[in-house]
Amino acid sequence: MIRFILIQNRAGKTRLAKWYMQFDDDEKQKLIEEVHAVVTVRDAKHTNFVEFRNFKIIYRRYAGLYFCICVDVSDNNLAYLEAIHNFVEVLNEYFHNVCELDLVFNFYKVYTVVDEMFLAGEIRETSQTKVLKQLLMLQSLE
Amino acid sequence: MPAVSKGDGMRGLAVFISDIRNCKSKEAEIKRINKELANIRSKFKGDKALDGYSKKKYVCKLLFIFLLGHDIDFGHMEAVNLLSSNKYTEKQIGYLFISVLVNSNSELIRLINNAIKNDLASRNPTFMCLALHCIANVGSREMGEAFAADIPRILVAGDSMDSVKQSAALCLLRLYKASPDLVPMGEWTARVVHLLNDQHMGVVTAAVSLITCLCKKNPDDFKTCISLAVSRLSRIVSSASTDLQDYTYYFVPAPWLSVKLLRLLQCYPPPEDAAVKGRLVECLETVLNKAQEPPKSKKVQHSNAKNAILFETISLIIHYDSEPNLLVRACNQLGQFLQHRETNLRYLALESMCTLASSEFSHEAVKTHIDTVINALKTERDVSVRQRAADLLYAMCDRSNAKQIVSEMLRYLETADYAIREEIVLKVAILAEKYAVDYSWYVDTILNLIRIAGDYVSEEVWYRVLQIVTNRDDVQGYAAKTVFEALQAPACHENMVKVGGYILGEFGNLIAGDPRSSPPVQFSLLHSKFHLCSVATRALLLSTYIKFINLFPETKATIQGVLRAGSQLRNADVELQQRAVEYLTLSSVASTDVLATVLEEMPPFPERESSILAKLKRKKGPGAASSLDDGRRDASSNDINGGVEPAPSTVSTPSPSADLLGLRAAPPPAAAPAPASAGNLLVDVFSDGPAAQPSLGPTPEEAFLSELEPPAPESPMGLLADPAPAADPGPEDISPPIPEADELLNKFVCKNNGVLFENQLLQIGVKSEFRQNLGRMYLFYGNKTSVQFQNFSPTVVHPGDLQTQLAVQTKRVAAQVDGGAQVQQVLNIECLRDFLTPPLLSVRFRYGGAPQSLTLKLPVTINKFFQPTEMAAQDFFQRWKQLSLPLQEAQKIFKANHPMDAEVTKAKLLGFGSALLDNVDPNPENFVGAGIIQTKALQVGCLLRLEPNAQAQMYRLTLRTSKEPVSRHLCELLAQQF
Repeated sequence: MIRFILIQNRAGKTRLAKWYMQFDDDEKQKLIEEVHAVVTVRDAKHTNFVEFRNFKIIYRRYAGLYFCICVDVSDNNLAYLEAIHNFVEVLNEYFHNVCELDLVFNFYKVYTVVDEMFLAGEIRETSQTKVLKQLLMLQSLE
Repeated sequence: MPAVSKGDGMRGLAVFISDIRNCKSKEAEIKRINKELANIRSKFKGDKALDGYSKKKYVCKLLFIFLLGHDIDFGHMEAVNLLSSNKYTEKQIGYLFISVLVNSNSELIRLINNAIKNDLASRNPTFMCLALHCIANVGSREMGEAFAADIPRILVAGDSMDSVKQSAALCLLRLYKASPDLVPMGEWTARVVHLLNDQHMGVVTAAVSLITCLCKKNPDDFKTCISLAVSRLSRIVSSASTDLQDYTYYFVPAPWLSVKLLRLLQCYPPPEDAAVKGRLVECLETVLNKAQEPPKSKKVQHSNAKNAILFETISLIIHYDSEPNLLVRACNQLGQFLQHRETNLRYLALESMCTLASSEFSHEAVKTHIDTVINALKTERDVSVRQRAADLLYAMCDRSNAKQIVSEMLRYLETADYAIREEIVLKVAILAEKYAVDYSWYVDTILNLIRIAGDYVSEEVWYRVLQIVTNRDDVQGYAAKTVFEALQAPACHENMVKVGGYILGEFGNLIAGDPRSSPPVQFSLLHSKFHLCSVATRALLLSTYIKFINLFPETKATIQGVLRAGSQLRNADVELQQRAVEYLTLSSVASTDVLATVLEEMPPFPERESSILAKLKRKKGPGAASSLDDGRRDASSNDINGGVEPAPSTVSTPSPSADLLGLRAAPPPAAAPAPASAGNLLVDVFSDGPAAQPSLGPTPEEAFLSELEPPAPESPMGLLADPAPAADPGPEDISPPIPEADELLNKFVCKNNGVLFENQLLQIGVKSEFRQNLGRMYLFYGNKTSVQFQNFSPTVVHPGDLQTQLAVQTKRVAAQVDGGAQVQQVLNIECLRDFLTPPLLSVRFRYGGAPQSLTLKLPVTINKFFQPTEMAAQDFFQRWKQLSLPLQEAQKIFKANHPMDAEVTKAKLLGFGSALLDNVDPNPENFVGAGIIQTKALQVGCLLRLEPNAQAQMYRLTLRTSKEPVSRHLCELLAQQF
């Protein structure tokens, strides 16, 4: 299962943190820093997977943003790697060429997108069409 | 297409965020935030009732401030108010605030739960989803108590919308994980399983996760999911790439759902129903076939999605471990990936192959990729890929390729990343020990380890090599020679000095004949390192020096000089000072005999779990144990290599256990190196005064004997100790001793500790002590497999008259022995009168349902009750003459079976139990001994004489005792030892 999802920029600023496991605030801050430290030192020739404590991090870099998903060691790496991409494609469609600023100014909407696609640490919905249709419907509500 | 422009909706929020972004310093940011907090506070406290929009905006600002890392101590109430708004955007912000700032304020929880309850009952799917997401995100026990009963209802209700079902399924999953007791199984479970048939793929995607979690704890309740999952999977796998429309991702139909279904199937054994199984195997084959087809797209997304399914399919094949054909195909597929240009695929292939290596069906196929894997170890840029390559080499190692793999790992070690050096060192040490056929290779390997990566060689590793060298006399000379050469290097690692110091102190005599390594040379070589070493090493070297005084009397003066030096005698370190003082006194006060006893060669270490393996397991942590599950590996690799692997017992050394890793239980205390026990001995000697009789035998374990109480039958032991049932099974119940039983018994005539028996399932270790007519024996039964032994029952049987001669009390052991575990059984033994046949040990258990039984001879022979007796020459001859009746004497002339070495012979005679008497026999080549056999009924005085004839390679052994059968029996026992 997913333990947490983090979106960070290269400077280590968190653009999204979604936790599926109980951590206290100090621990969250520590995790955020650790993830940043292990992920940013890697280059394109490295794998998209890093062992992390008793878990592993599946990550992908898009421009200056790192999308990281922390999952159990027995989880399927490629499935989560593509789940990240699927999520990014949805964001891109929803925000029309998404950029880092969209995530900053619309942080509360990003949570909605996450909840549509991931819930309780599991993949909830994978169809981009269905997710976007739902988001559009919600957008039309007051 | 939907588009969101920046900050639409809440202008004030966008302005605030811009302001924060424009702040030039942290101070400016804090100032701006405080200003905003004051503003919001005043708005919330103001008289004017805020409209929904403003409330939403301010709550959202508070949330933003919180996410920046500042504490928020107000606004919760306003957020809760938003929950009851009937506008989606307001409700959404309210729920988001609650989900992010979980607060267990009881007042609020009640209000929140109330709002959730209303939304769940609202029949508005959007609101229901918001409420369900909130429960899933918070997942607290309070929410579980409030909603655990409602959610299954929503999940299976016929009129729930698909999106609500999706959320309900995962919401229930979260509650179940948080508090399983709150989610009772019920009639809804069957309907949940049927969600696998749902029209809506999103509902199936969510439901599979829920079922996978629930079925782990209730496998039988959810068994019907197997056939449903297989048919769903089959429909997906066989569909054309566009059939599933919305759920096709880069030409791959429903990749995530496929992966989830394959993972669900891994919760169960292969389907029993032949039709279902056939359909599933077809699916698995289709996936493997598709991997060979040309890609439908060049995008990495296409190949990733396809390979996600492929790797999960391979996991399922490995999980079933029953389809040789599929396993080999999987291995071939992974083999292709090993050279793929995508680093991800190379990494995953190495990882997946690691588990394939442990299957007997694919182990050989994995081994064919050894060169590629070695190459990966050398050339991969990503350390984590190299790490996987090292793991795989470890997993694929067996007797056939151990030398190659160990040498490659050693070479890698020279350049390996610091982070993984220690682990590589442990792995090399384990492989070298496990697959050592000749132990000189083992010694070379470990010394190389120390040379290359001395800093990473932990205590466990160098203790282990000492244990093995101590226990195997065939390698001691080689070890001494090699370590001597290694110490010649101008700069050698301190661990090398430790190993060298210990080994030369024990076995330096074996190379002392060569003038290049004569005693003074050995000493000065070690001493040249002394001053640069740490305190612990110097302490060890001091013990080596005192051992040298015993081994090489010619070094005595030099060494005493060193000990006497002010730098030792007045050393600031108390341990060093004490050793110097005590050793110096010991060497000057004690007679040669006392010295020889105190500084005798260390007895063999009890054979037990390799502490190295325990350490590696600890290092790997709980998650990663599977690839290192040696029990399973052993079983499978033995099956494959059964033909070529020499059985451990054929290794021609006193200790039959070539595989010291066989027993694994809790990590044992690391074997104490000699200095500690030598220290204890010193105290004993001095407290008794130098004139006291030194006690023979392995004195370090004095305490162990002192607690030995006579196992009188009327002792109240039975109340607590639960002795084995009084009625031993009659001899007719037990199988005859195994053919090697006599040979195994012979190995224990002159020693008390070691491995009594070992096969692929079981290892039996023995540790025993005897004093006068009493003895205590510890038997260690080690389960070498990964499967629990059941009905495990070891019993001691007295054939014939033995019952009246020897009393053996056993304690019952646990009837179950877990895989990899070890159980101990204590035997109290009392010798009532002289006896000729040993008791039998019958071990019975069930392994994987099949009954196993095994009968051995318990290593209790009459000589164990020997009490050594010192006497002067004239007493000896007087008694010798007294025992001159023809029947009192037994004599044997026999050919030497082992090299005729006086030191070894001496050790064996001492081990046999008699005292060795010097200056009795006019011929110094001969050995003369005396002792008394202690039984409860009588004492039997024994005299013995062993005359070696080196030219003829023969011995003549003569025994005289006061009882005729005892003479004959002892003579037979002892004659087999040379």
